[in-house]
Amino acid sequence: MPDFLLELVSEEIPARMQAKASAELARLFEERIGEAGLKAEAVEAYATPRRLALIARGLPETTQAVSEEIKGPRASAPPQALEGFLRKTGLTQDRLSERDGVYFAVIDRPGRSTAEVLAQAIPAIVRAFPWPKSMRWGEASAAPESGRWVRPLQGIVALFGEQIVEFEIGGVRSGAATVGHRFHHSGPITIGSAKDYAEKLRACHVVLDPTERVRIIRERAAELAAGAGLALVEDAGLVAENAGLTEWPVPLLGSFDPAFLEVPREVIQLTMRTNQKYFACVDGQRKLAPSFVCVANLDAADGGEGIVAGNRKVLAARLADARYFWEADLKVPLAEQAKKLDQIVFHEKLGTVADKAERVAKLCQWLIKERIVRGVDPEQVQATARLAKADLVAQSVGEFPELQGTLGGYLARAQGQPDAVADAIRDHYKPAGQGDEVPTAPVTALVNIADRLDTLAAFFAIGEKPTGSRDPFALRRAALSFLQILTCTGMRLPLREVLVQAAVLVLLSRLGALRSATFPDLLGEEEGDHEITAEVGSLTYRYGGRVSTRWNSALTPKIERGDVIEQVIDIQQAILDFFADRLKVQQREAGVRHDLIDAVFALGGEDDLVRLLARVKALQSFVDGPEGADLLAGYKRAANILKREGWTEEQPVNKSLSYRPQIEESELEDALDSAEPRVAAAIEEEDFERAMAALARLRGPVDAFFDKVTVNDPDPAKRTARLNLLLRMRDAVHRVADFSGIEG
Amino acid sequence: MATSPLSFQSMILTLHDYWSDRGCVILQPYDLEMGAGTFHPATTLRALGPDPWKAAFVQPCRRPTDGRYGENPNRLQHYYQYQVILKPSPADLQDLYLGSLAAIGIDFARHDIRFVEDDWESPTLGAWGLGWEVWCDGMEVTQFTYFQQMGGFDCRPVSGELTYGLERLAMYIQDKDRVFDLDFNDSGVSYGDVFLENERQMSAWNFEVADTETLFDLFRKAAAECENCLGAGLAIPAYEQAIKASHIFNLLNARGVISVAERQAYIGRVRDLARGSCTAWMEKNGWSPFPPRPGEDC
Repeated sequence: MPDFLLELVSEEIPARMQAKASAELARLFEERIGEAGLKAEAVEAYATPRRLALIARGLPETTQAVSEEIKGPRASAPPQALEGFLRKTGLTQDRLSERDGVYFAVIDRPGRSTAEVLAQAIPAIVRAFPWPKSMRWGEASAAPESGRWVRPLQGIVALFGEQIVEFEIGGVRSGAATVGHRFHHSGPITIGSAKDYAEKLRACHVVLDPTERVRIIRERAAELAAGAGLALVEDAGLVAENAGLTEWPVPLLGSFDPAFLEVPREVIQLTMRTNQKYFACVDGQRKLAPSFVCVANLDAADGGEGIVAGNRKVLAARLADARYFWEADLKVPLAEQAKKLDQIVFHEKLGTVADKAERVAKLCQWLIKERIVRGVDPEQVQATARLAKADLVAQSVGEFPELQGTLGGYLARAQGQPDAVADAIRDHYKPAGQGDEVPTAPVTALVNIADRLDTLAAFFAIGEKPTGSRDPFALRRAALSFLQILTCTGMRLPLREVLVQAAVLVLLSRLGALRSATFPDLLGEEEGDHEITAEVGSLTYRYGGRVSTRWNSALTPKIERGDVIEQVIDIQQAILDFFADRLKVQQREAGVRHDLIDAVFALGGEDDLVRLLARVKALQSFVDGPEGADLLAGYKRAANILKREGWTEEQPVNKSLSYRPQIEESELEDALDSAEPRVAAAIEEEDFERAMAALARLRGPVDAFFDKVTVNDPDPAKRTARLNLLLRMRDAVHRVADFSGIEG
Repeated sequence: MATSPLSFQSMILTLHDYWSDRGCVILQPYDLEMGAGTFHPATTLRALGPDPWKAAFVQPCRRPTDGRYGENPNRLQHYYQYQVILKPSPADLQDLYLGSLAAIGIDFARHDIRFVEDDWESPTLGAWGLGWEVWCDGMEVTQFTYFQQMGGFDCRPVSGELTYGLERLAMYIQDKDRVFDLDFNDSGVSYGDVFLENERQMSAWNFEVADTETLFDLFRKAAAECENCLGAGLAIPAYEQAIKASHIFNLLNARGVISVAERQAYIGRVRDLARGSCTAWMEKNGWSPFPPRPGEDC
């Protein structure tokens, strides 16, 4: 069976679109010919900058003949119905058959020639091709219905076996002639069939297969670097991009003036990568080397000397520009830059970046003051919180926005900030994604979590919670980063209290009272409870026994006490729920069961996520084992009985039982007497394995109890005592988690 | 590369000859400050409507924020673009373009010419197109665009636009590292002799001295005058005022007095002026706009 070759030659196809386009071409081709009942043995698709090609191996010469029976109107139907059916099928009445009072027509579709199918299929595919962006061109574009392609379409090769498949698209006729490399080969090349296509192109300096171009670039670039005693900085995306920019890739090694290395290496690498598509090289100590590898599309007559010289010149100009900005930035202290942050809008409803920095600084201050976070230098934390965003107004960050934070870190260090501060500024956007490094240095971790909490509180306060796939402010990402830092550092936060503080800061900031407000607990000489009375109503806000805010009512005349507290509690609860969801997503990858996370959250009191996870992990290994499974079964039985009996709290019974308890009853009571204090003590010490082990001892007595004891005894005294016993058992288990939500 | 490379002005004359031979009207620069040759009415207004048009011209460009006081090897706040517009875009436009590079002495056996995706968009002109930046050994020497929309109107037919960065090309041809070292005229005058002091003084004015109150006032006046012209149905003078407003906005930007929040509003204002002028031009010529298809607006 013959092969089919299709090549669509155009002006240069954007590199980033090529892989997707060749995959789409193969998919659409198979779909289209499939509709005609054709299937190829194999379909391969390729892309170079100037062509999209497809080879379908082993296509039959004709499609199968098909016979199809179509149901028509009933014989009793009005004549118009029959006429319509005959028109539709193109048959006369004597060709119809009648069964059970219904007409049937048999339509025979003879096999079609595959060439004919292809001649219809290809123009249809091209007309509706899903390019991310397409265009019109030339004289034809005067008409509104003119065809579109990614760039002007120049030629079409369509060969079935050795025969041209004839068709026309937008004035371009299919044929057997194509073009070679733009500069290495002039004039048309005639292709015989799919068999000689790739080799004929290669003879004209075109490597058809992108995977081969990738291999050439990767190997040759690494070889060049090694030849200079250097190593290439691997970059698969850049290799692919260069493969999409060349039909005949020729990597070349060049160098730049080492004096430019005083500019941060990230700037050099970024400008080389994004603006010039160059690979960077490092020396034996992994330090950036003043060298680059560019990929030409030419075997130059002078061996590439001129090309390298040209590229050097371009890079020198770019680096000179980068150095100009960098030197200007070095001269401005970050504290000066930070003052300009009040010109940068963070969000129209949430004030400026300066406001955000202020909130983060105050939240950090409070966390230290409350001794929630210990062992950090408060001054370093304040410096970081106030300077972390300052590089946003630096010229270098204006040029390279991706380097926010990174460049701030360099500037801070160069301007004499301690390493802890410079590192924290550098890393305060991290982790930026799954797999990114999670910073654990104390100053960094604290500022990062405060920054994330503020972001969440701020957007939740203005009703911008993520919904479905809509998360324009990347709040899921922020929550996940927060959780990653928390779990990596083991930082312990009473989250409810912390979220209230974050929410109050946001509300004050939105009222314009952030800077004038005093925070007894933040700045505080004062400890303990405070009663604060504002001029407008009595504005006292208590949380967990501490006054968290106070403000000057003259500046915030419209505050109503109830409103504020309600809003704060709403924000707190919404974020806690959001964290619970995110925690389940995050932990799913670590194999933690989501129902166990729910079971612990369901207790309501647990807002320390580190402790919560420890509890969940102990719980998981417990319920996955035989003891846990048995206890869970016993618990569920007890819970069901209690539910059925409406037994929600312990009912009084006489101190001394009015009856002699069964031995299994006494044993369960003894087991509870002994387990309860052990469980309590273990939980107090956060030794959840031990708490589980203590609970596990209940398993035998519980099983025996259910085997031998009748709970619903006709004697009300017995019934009460036994239900109370089950309630004790359930409550003991609930010290660890709400087992009712656990599956299994 | 040719044995004796072309001087800056010979390069321009060669391009004039080349495009004149191919049927272009050779125009002189427009006498208004503008950020790009695309603003020239011979590009913007002529890209609208059905009439064929071929033109080539040099246009001085002012980009106040690109000034470097003459200290950067190739960034300038004032430089020259060579602009070619061919409507409708000819089928062999890439070949025609490469022919012009060969004419000014670029040797394709030794230099790496590449067409790298770069979709062009001018928010202030309400215009966009698809095309490439053309690289010569990694340096962007030309912007190559097929206009799809101008002033918010579909281009029917599409024009092909070539914008050569003359200084960059000359640096290539003459093998110079600094723009100021370029040979201007084959008779001993360098580009620096002509423009270095201009760069120093204009950078200082753009960044430090220009009176921002005056500029704000000029912006308002240009916008008002544009509206005045539109009221009288005069598309061309209206468009000139839009060009002025656009340049004054660039100056204000260089002075750093336009905040991020205000920036969009200013761009929107200039776009409205430019679109208004294009609409007036369409109306004056009796061309009915093809409504853009849904989702096509870029």
